[in-house]
Amino acid sequence: MANNETEQPIVRTHALTKQVNTGDQQLTILQNIDLNIHMGEAVAIIGASGSGKSTLLGLLAGLDLPTSGKVHLDEVDIFALDEDQRAALRGKILGFVFQSFQLLPALTALENVMLPLELMSVGNAEATARRLLDRVGLALRLHHHPKQLSGGEQQRVAIARAFATAPKLLLADEPTGNLDSATGIQIIELMFELNREHGTTLVLVTHDEALSKRCSRQLRMADGRLMQ
Amino acid sequence: MNHFLLSFRMLRRDWRAGELNVLVLALIIAISGLTTVGFFADRVGMALARESNQLLGADLLVMSSKPLPPHFAEEAEKLGLTISSLTKFPSMISNGDGNLLTEIKAVAEGYPLRGRVHVAGRSSSGANANPGIQVAEGIPVPGTIWADEKVMTRLDLKIGDVVDIGAIQLKVTELVVREPDHSVGFINMGARAIINTQDLADTELIQEGSRVSYQLLVAGDMKTVQQFRTWAQGRLAKNQKIEGIRDARPEIKAALERAEKFLSLAALVSVVLAAAAIALAVRRFTLRHLDGCAIMRSLGASQKQLLTMYVSYFITLGIIASGLGCLIGFAAQQILAHWLTDIVETALPWPTWWPAIHGLLVGLVLLVGFALPPVLNLRSVPALRVLRRDVGLPNAHSLWGYGAGLAALLLLFIWKAHDLKLGLYIVAGFVSAIVVFGSVGWLLIKLLSNLRHQAGGAWRYGLASLHRRAASSVLQAVALGLGLMALLVLTLIQDDLINDWNASLPPDAPNHFLVNIQADQLQPLEEFFQQYAMERPPLFPMIRGRLIKINGKNVSPQDYADDTHAERHIRREFNLSWTDELARDNSIVQGSWWKKDTRDTEMSIEADIAKTLRIKLGDELTFDIAGQHFSAKITSLRKVDWDSFRVNFFVVVPPGLLEDYPASYITSFYVPPSEIAMIHELVRMFPNILVVDVALVIGQVQQMIQQVSEAIKFVFIFTVLAGFAVLYAAIAATQDERIYEAAIFRTLGARREQLLRAWATEFAILGGLSGLFASAGASGLGYVIGKYALHLDYTFNPWIWVIGTSIGLTGVLVGGLLGTRAALSSPPLLTLRKIA
Ligand SMILES: Nc1ncnc2c1ncn2[C@@H]1O[C@H](COP(=O)(O)OP(=O)(O)OP(=O)(O)O)[C@@H](O)[C@H]1O
Ligand SMILES: [Mg+2]
Repeated sequence: MANNETEQPIVRTHALTKQVNTGDQQLTILQNIDLNIHMGEAVAIIGASGSGKSTLLGLLAGLDLPTSGKVHLDEVDIFALDEDQRAALRGKILGFVFQSFQLLPALTALENVMLPLELMSVGNAEATARRLLDRVGLALRLHHHPKQLSGGEQQRVAIARAFATAPKLLLADEPTGNLDSATGIQIIELMFELNREHGTTLVLVTHDEALSKRCSRQLRMADGRLMQ
Repeated sequence: MNHFLLSFRMLRRDWRAGELNVLVLALIIAISGLTTVGFFADRVGMALARESNQLLGADLLVMSSKPLPPHFAEEAEKLGLTISSLTKFPSMISNGDGNLLTEIKAVAEGYPLRGRVHVAGRSSSGANANPGIQVAEGIPVPGTIWADEKVMTRLDLKIGDVVDIGAIQLKVTELVVREPDHSVGFINMGARAIINTQDLADTELIQEGSRVSYQLLVAGDMKTVQQFRTWAQGRLAKNQKIEGIRDARPEIKAALERAEKFLSLAALVSVVLAAAAIALAVRRFTLRHLDGCAIMRSLGASQKQLLTMYVSYFITLGIIASGLGCLIGFAAQQILAHWLTDIVETALPWPTWWPAIHGLLVGLVLLVGFALPPVLNLRSVPALRVLRRDVGLPNAHSLWGYGAGLAALLLLFIWKAHDLKLGLYIVAGFVSAIVVFGSVGWLLIKLLSNLRHQAGGAWRYGLASLHRRAASSVLQAVALGLGLMALLVLTLIQDDLINDWNASLPPDAPNHFLVNIQADQLQPLEEFFQQYAMERPPLFPMIRGRLIKINGKNVSPQDYADDTHAERHIRREFNLSWTDELARDNSIVQGSWWKKDTRDTEMSIEADIAKTLRIKLGDELTFDIAGQHFSAKITSLRKVDWDSFRVNFFVVVPPGLLEDYPASYITSFYVPPSEIAMIHELVRMFPNILVVDVALVIGQVQQMIQQVSEAIKFVFIFTVLAGFAVLYAAIAATQDERIYEAAIFRTLGARREQLLRAWATEFAILGGLSGLFASAGASGLGYVIGKYALHLDYTFNPWIWVIGTSIGLTGVLVGGLLGTRAALSSPPLLTLRKIA
C-alpha cells in the first residue's frame, strides 16, 4: 500500500484517559493513550474484548468525552470545541462505520447517503449519493428502507454514507462483526478500494488477524493501554 | 408463584429506571382529577341539596289530608332521623275591625329542620318599618302568633296586638319576614301566620271536613333520608304523599340537574385525557419491553408465564398509581372545599367514600382497557427478535387493543354520566372524532410526506420521520387532538355555556309573580306601574280548566290511582293560555309549533306532564272551563326550562280559541329589594291579586350557578394537568427514536440547529393538525352538549379555530422541543451504546 505520509499527523492523541464511575468504584477504560496517525495510513486496532477499542475509536471521533487528555484531528483540539462545533468538524473530515450499521430507519437508502451531504449543504447531494450507492452495488435499492435490506446491504449503505463527504479520515468499528465471512470480505474489499480511490486515512477495529495484516500498521490494546 | 415475584421485581426495576414515569403520571393525574371532581361533586351535590332543602324546611316531607299514622314518625326516629311536624290550614284571623283569610301553620318543637325563620325585630311594626331582620328563636310560645307582612298590613296590626283565631286569642309577637317552606304554588298564596301546635286544639278549627294538611318533617344524612323515603313510599295511603325538594320545586330540580351534568362533564373529560395519555404511554412501554420479552422467550418462557407476569405487573401498578391518585384527589378537593367556602359560605358536608372507590375502579379499567391488550401482544413476541431486531414489532393486533380500551371507556362514560343520553352523545362524539381525525390525519401525513422530495434539508427530514412513523404520528395527532379538544371544551365552551347559563338567569330575572289579575284591573295596574316609573310587564292570559277527556274518553282521578302525582293533576285545574310565539325558554321536543294565524284547534303540552298523564302527540284533550267544554288536538310537546323563572304554562293553544272564556292574567317582573315598598302598596291596592315572591329561590339558583362555575374553574386545573400529561406522553412516545436519530445525525456532523429544524417541522405539523382536530371536535361537542344535554342555545365561537390551532401548534412545538432537548447535548456514543 502506497503511503504518502506527510509531516502533520491527522490524528494525534495526548495522554487520553477515560474513566467511568460504576456505582462505588472507578473503572479506568483507557489509560494515557498517546498515538499519531498520518494521512493515508491504514491502521488496525486489535485487542481482546473489553480492552477499550470501541471507547478509543469513539473518542477519536469526538462521539464521547474523555476524562482527561487531548485529541487533535487535523490539528484541531476537538475537546476544546463544543458539541456543535465537533459535529461540524466530523461532518467535514470524518466518516464512521458502526458494527450495527446505525442507519436512520425513517429514510431510504438514498436519503441516508444524502443526509451528511445535505447537512453540509453540499450541492448535488443526490447525484453524489446515487454514484456512491452505485459504487457499492446498490443502484437498484435506492428507494428501499433499511428494514428492507439485508445486513450486508445495510452495511454497504453505511459505507456509502461514510464516504459521501469524501472524508480525510474513516473510522470503522468492527464493520464486519455482524456479517458472515463472505460478505465480510466483500465489505472489507470495498472499504480498501474506496480508501485507495479517495486517499482516505483508515482506522479500523477488528478481531480478524488476517484483516489487520492488510493494514499498514497494527495497534494492540490490552486493559485500556496501547501495547507497542 | 415465582411469576408474581418476577413481576414485582420487574415492576420495581422499571419504576427505578423511570420506565413507568409517563404511564404512572398519566394515571395519577387522571385519577386524582377524577376523584377531585368526584369528591367535590359529591359534597357540592349534598350541600346544594341540603341548601335547597331549606326552602322546604326539611329534607323530606310526608304529607296527608288526615292526621298521619304514627308509624312514619316512629320509623324515622328509629333510623336516627330528626323529625318535627306541622299542620297547615286556612282560617280567618280577626282583630275586631276586620277579618283576613290566612294560612295558619301550627308548628312543633324543632321546626324548621332546614333553613331558618327570619323575623323583624319585636319593636317594629307595620309595612313601612325598616326592621333589623334576624333569625327567630325557636317557635312561637303557646299563646302567641307570628304573622307575616300581609296580615300586619291588612289588619293594621302592631307587635303586641291581640288577634282572634278560632276559639282563642293570641298575641302577635313577631313579624315573619321569611320562612323556609314558603310555597310557590299558585294556591295558598295569601296571608300567612305561625302558631304553636299546642294551641291548635284550643282553636277548635280542625274539624271533620276542614281543609288541613298534616306534615311530618324529616331531616338527616342523605342516605338515611333516602332509605326512609323508600320505606315510606311503599306504605303511603291514598291521601298521603312524600315530597323532597325536587318534587316540590321544578326550578331547583332543573338547576341541580344542570349543575350535576356540568360537573360530571368535567370529570368525563379528564377520563378521556387520561385514556389518551395511557394509550400513548403504553405504546412506548410495549416498544421498550419487546427485547426483554424476546429474550425471555428465547430462554424458554411460555406465553402463559409471560401473561401471568404482565397481568400481575399491571394490576399492581394500577392499584398503586390509582391509590396515589385517590389520595391526591382527596387532598385537592379539601383545598378546593376550603377555598370555596370563603366564597360561598356553605359548610360542605363530609364526602362519601364512593369517589375513591370509583377512582380506583376507573384507574384499573383504564389501565386494563388500554394497557393490557397491547402488552399482551408482548407474550407473542417471537424469540427470533433476539437475532433480528425488526421482527416482532406491535402491529394490527394493537388496534384491537385500543378497541378494547375504547369499549372500556364507553362503559365508564355511560356509568359516570349517570345520564345515558349525555354519555352516549359524548361517546358518539369521541368515537366519530377518532375515526374522522384518524383518517384525515393519515391522508394528510401521506400527502405531506409526498412533498418531501420537493422540500429541502431539515423539512425533508421532518417530513420523512412523520412518514416513517405514520401510524404513531396519526396516533399522536389523534391523542393530542382529543386532549386539546377536551381542554377547549372545558375552557372556551364551558365558559360560553356558563355564561349562557348565567344569562338565562340575569340579576334582574323576574322575582315576583302577580297571579289572578282580572280583566278590569289591567288599566289600573298599568297606571300603578306608571306611578313607579316602571313599564307594565307583559301579561299572560290564564284560564283554569279541568281535564275531563282524552281522545273522547272520560278521565277521572281513579285512572291514575297508582300515581299520586298524576292523580293530583287530574284533580286540580290546569292553567291554560294562548300565544302565537314559542317562548325563549321552551323548546319543541316532538311535533311542531303552529304556524302564525293558524285556524286549527291545536294545543301544545309540556313534555313531562304529558309523560305523567300518559298523553301522546296527536291525542285530543277536552277541558271543562267554567262548565263549557273545550277540545283541541296536541300538535307539539314542549320542554320548559323552569329555572328561567318566567311565566310558563303546561298547556298552550294558538290565539283565537280561548278568548271568549273567562280569563285572569298573570305576570312576572323584577323588583329590586330597595323598592319592596311598592309590593306592599300593590297588595293594598289590589287585594285580590296574589303576589308570589320567588326572590329566595332565584337567589338559591344564582348561588348554585356561582358555586358550580367556581368548582369547574378549579377542576379545570386538573384538566390542564391531564392535558400536559397527554402532551408529555405523546412526545415521550417517540422520544427514544428521536434520541437515537439525534445521535446518528450528530455522528454525521449535524449542527444543533439542523436537528432542531427537522424536529420543529415534525412537531409543528403534528401540533397544527391536532389543533385543527381539536377545534373541529370541540365546536361539535359543545354544540351537542349545549343543545341536547343542557338545553342551552350554544353560540359558535369562531375564535376556537384560531385559538385551538395556535395552542396546538405552539404547545406541541414547545413541549416537543423541550422534551427532546436532552437528546441534543448528550454525547452520541453514550446514546448509541444504550440503544443499539
Ligand atoms: N459507559 C460505560 N460505562 C461503564 N463501562 C463502560 C462504559 N463504556 C465502556 N465501558 C467498559 O469499558 C470497557 C471497554 O469497552 P469497549 O466497548 O471499548 O471494549 P471493546 O474493546 O470495544 O470490546 P469488544 O471487542 O467486546 O467490542 C468494557 O469493559 C466496557 O464494559
Ligand atoms: Mg467494541
